[in-house]
Amino acid sequence: MTQYTSVTDSDLAAMLAAIGVSSVQEIFDRQIPQEVRLGRPLELPDGKSEQEVYEHMRALAAGNVSAEDELCFLGAGMYDHYVPSIVDMLMERSEFLTPYTPYQPEISQGGLQVMFEYQTAICELTGLPVSNASVYEGPSAVASAGYLAKLHNGRKRFVVSAGLHPHTLATLRTYAHGYGIEVVEVPLAGGVTDPSVWAEAIDQDTSAAIFAQPNFYGAVEDAAALSAAAKEAGGEQLVTIAQVDPIVLGVLAPPGECRVDVAVGEGQSLGNRLDYGGPSFGFFAAREDYLRRMPGRIAGETIDVDGRRGFVLTLQTREQHIRREKATSNICTSQALNALAGVVYLSWLGRRGFVELGELLLRRTHYAREELCALDGVSPLHSQPVVREFAVRLDADVAAVRRYCAAAGVNPGADLYALTGREEDRGGLLVAITERRSRADIDTLAQVLGEGVAAERLTTGDAGRGVEVGASA
Amino acid sequence: MRPPTQSTDTPLQREPAVTIFERGAPGRRAFQCPTLDVPDVRVEELLPAHLRRVEPPRLPEVSEPEIVRHYVRLSKRNFDLDSGFYPLGSCTMKHNPRLHERVAALPGHARLHPLQDPERAQGALELMWNLERALSEISGLPHVCLQPSAGSHGELAGVLLTRAYHEARGETRHKVLTPDTAHGTNPATVTMAGFQVVKIATNPDGGVDLDDLRAKADTDVACLMLTNPNTLGLFDPNIQEIAKVVHEVGATLYYDGANLNAVMGLSRPGDMGFDIVHFNLHKSFTQPHGGGGPGSGPIAVSDRIEPFLPVPRIVRREASNGAAARGGDASFDLVEDWAGAKSIGRLRGFQGNYGCFVRSYAYIRSLGAPGLKDASETAVLNANYLLARLGELGVLKFLPLAYANAHSNASIPEGDEAVRGLCLHEFVLSGGPMKRNLQIKTLDLAKRMLDYGYHPPTVYFPLLVEEALMVEPTETETKETLDSFAEALAELLAEAAEDPEIALHAPYTTPVRRLDEVGAAKNPVIRQAF
Amino acid sequence: MSSYPDDLLYHPEHDWARIDSEDPNVAMLGITWFAQDALGEVVFFDPPSPGTIVHKDEPYAEVESVKAVSDVVAPLSGEIVEVNEKLADAPNAINDDPYGEGWLVRVRMSDPTERDALLDADAYSATLGA
Repeated sequence: MTQYTSVTDSDLAAMLAAIGVSSVQEIFDRQIPQEVRLGRPLELPDGKSEQEVYEHMRALAAGNVSAEDELCFLGAGMYDHYVPSIVDMLMERSEFLTPYTPYQPEISQGGLQVMFEYQTAICELTGLPVSNASVYEGPSAVASAGYLAKLHNGRKRFVVSAGLHPHTLATLRTYAHGYGIEVVEVPLAGGVTDPSVWAEAIDQDTSAAIFAQPNFYGAVEDAAALSAAAKEAGGEQLVTIAQVDPIVLGVLAPPGECRVDVAVGEGQSLGNRLDYGGPSFGFFAAREDYLRRMPGRIAGETIDVDGRRGFVLTLQTREQHIRREKATSNICTSQALNALAGVVYLSWLGRRGFVELGELLLRRTHYAREELCALDGVSPLHSQPVVREFAVRLDADVAAVRRYCAAAGVNPGADLYALTGREEDRGGLLVAITERRSRADIDTLAQVLGEGVAAERLTTGDAGRGVEVGASA
Repeated sequence: MRPPTQSTDTPLQREPAVTIFERGAPGRRAFQCPTLDVPDVRVEELLPAHLRRVEPPRLPEVSEPEIVRHYVRLSKRNFDLDSGFYPLGSCTMKHNPRLHERVAALPGHARLHPLQDPERAQGALELMWNLERALSEISGLPHVCLQPSAGSHGELAGVLLTRAYHEARGETRHKVLTPDTAHGTNPATVTMAGFQVVKIATNPDGGVDLDDLRAKADTDVACLMLTNPNTLGLFDPNIQEIAKVVHEVGATLYYDGANLNAVMGLSRPGDMGFDIVHFNLHKSFTQPHGGGGPGSGPIAVSDRIEPFLPVPRIVRREASNGAAARGGDASFDLVEDWAGAKSIGRLRGFQGNYGCFVRSYAYIRSLGAPGLKDASETAVLNANYLLARLGELGVLKFLPLAYANAHSNASIPEGDEAVRGLCLHEFVLSGGPMKRNLQIKTLDLAKRMLDYGYHPPTVYFPLLVEEALMVEPTETETKETLDSFAEALAELLAEAAEDPEIALHAPYTTPVRRLDEVGAAKNPVIRQAF
Repeated sequence: MSSYPDDLLYHPEHDWARIDSEDPNVAMLGITWFAQDALGEVVFFDPPSPGTIVHKDEPYAEVESVKAVSDVVAPLSGEIVEVNEKLADAPNAINDDPYGEGWLVRVRMSDPTERDALLDADAYSATLGA
């Protein structure tokens, strides 16, 4: 017996008598051959009390430097936004935390209505008419969207922008190798997808054209132009797919207005914690035509026998548990609890707040880029419009500069080359801005980064790259 | 006392469903935007017109109390595991300890950015490493990857790993075998990974039909995907022979860990001969189900599959000059660029659902080896006891056990008892006799059970069983709960014998009654009409 | 009540064919009473386009109900010359009148001798009894 089980000696006696066996062992002995029985205890430590486990977990937490412990400008897919306390409170409620997928809708109206509200919110953000109840996260959502395109038009290749997140590119390649699609990458020019290479790469054998908005380097793409060019070159059957950062959809033109057929993305910035990368949720929205090809769960409105308004999982025949090998995806779990956090967060921001937040990010990001690029040895990687993240080039060893900043309690952003492996990204730093990074924080970043770059400078004065100096000061 | 047999117009029933979009009024707000502390540059100067949004999204305009009241009231229209018995077969609805929520919320875990440098995330990497080792020991397979997001994602990983394994040997295989009782995600996964599904028959004892397997296992088969115990709750005693047949044609053997709760500390899939195992942290390892997610689906693999595991991988190094921040004897690293190009690559962003790792790891540390074994033993004891009680109360006459494993028949009392046997952590009943004798189907039984205050077991799965009802009590239920449930089920059947109409029009007491699912599918309304 | 009209030809995968009275090289196809009963209320049918080639014994479309999706198997090979457009708004015609208003497509047969391999109403009903 542990703190979670409750079979007392007298319970056991009664239970064994009812079953008609002499011991619990006998139940196993009669069903599992001895040859596959473990026959020894698991080599794991003994159990511990709640208090001991808590201390252990706290000690592990203390071994991490989180956004609580340093000024964090890390982004590249997940962001340190402020999560309001009502989100935590609602996510912890038994009625949202502990039930299963709503297979008995009569007693799951809470969860089903939350899905419906979430779907509505995603449709509003993306400007597309159809959304599912969430998928796992960003990169695999793109891979799923690619699969939808393949099922839709049966063509053989994807043309993808190099502006996609490196994890998205990698995930897409892994999945595409499985379902038999060639992936062709189009480079950036001046920080955004090269429009002429993009148009040339796409043809009538292209199943999907995929890009990110904003792209991985923080640049705002001309989504409408990219989609139009893709449709022109690939025909109406081609599926345009955009991976979008949802938090900026208060200020950026929504994908639905840019001829994007399927908009997906990472939902973490909407009310979810960093949690070292997960769990969060991915959103998946599309044009009406793709309704019956959507992966994952969908909640629909209906009425009951007495005429009461209610909600059910609908179009389930598309899902794994009935169509089986013809299913549009293999997703069983959605991310219901994280999607709840998302819709609560969006309600908390509200119609005006969502736009205000976007405009604040826009202005602070612009300010940050100006401040940093005014530093000696720091230049912009590109000069495209940016909304919440931007890339700079340091005339210094990025790793060394980051270590310098860390010692001063600042995480200045992500080492670009370490993430992309592209030669042109050497010296690159990706800096993310959230509403938690005030002007004072940005000024601190500028100060510390300036010092770090000065200390680790590769060239003298404002000479170009490639002019070697001796070891750094 | 029997629950009502007609609609009782409860307060929740009287309260109409109102969405958050239908609440509020223009101008109300909960969010207070931080003051603008940088220059107030016009948006038009920062973003050209063709990139800007014109009409804002129609999000609600509500105050904080409105949001709280809306969602708290909505929560009361949900049945949940904390509130009641939830014997959903194949889902392992065991208690979710709240300690796990507390530790997952520690800022050192919750506010850690996934791209934090490994030297400054040593606590997280050590946790993940320890979890990998624990899962390795539990499964009997040496190498673990925590990355997949849920069970079906882990399955996809398994099939992609199989593909990579065969390709590396210069072979192209096209088929994956699955039993006809398999969980729905298996065939869908197989197709998505570019293979063709071939079904294997089930024998009258509920296990894999060995003759059919031998006939279909050839060198065009890449993999056999199986779970053991299977979806009928039965341990396939021929598992070693099955493994032999599969390995002899060079195929891999994949274990769907959905039913791991029956065998922790008692039998290990690695020892049964499986090459790839996936775990559902949201089943055996208490990650709360959250109403449909999140979950987490780590995998464990044998040596021959190891080179193909997804990246990044966690590495442990004995302390030298880079000693762990916590002063331990080792340091940990996260390696994206794993030696050689054999990895299948990535299945998602970052490292996986770390929040789930925190909870599951806390569970494994809380229980330890003895506690995990106790969990499985008790899960199996509880299922067998519930089955026995249902037999004693005459329920099995109308809902007999779908399959009786030839190895498992316990002594059966005299009388007109339907054959009952032993099971592991779950059992499957068939509602066929009930349908023919009492004129109610499994669906009606489930709906009436809602009035009795229980979440019904899984219905109509596996598809192979007529009017299937799959029951998994789990180890965290008390004997009293099992007794009450069995008695309620017996009473429900007695009620149906008297008057089947009651169940046919149930439920009566839930916030809404039976819903028009046909209408919802014909004319889908999946978002608010503005 | 189940019904299997005598003037039709049947395929064991629960599909029927009616040879056109005016043009013996054209057949109308649909699913049988058994199939619609097993599916439950049909909610969606997406027909293939006219001009599509179908092959005997192979699926050419899907019929979707709330609880299942079923392949529709072609009893005869040929080219689709007409589809039942009314099913887009009223897919339940497949349940209510599977041999009449619930027809699915018309094909011009590429090999009319394939008709000989199909079952008559009695033979088909016998397969259901099993």
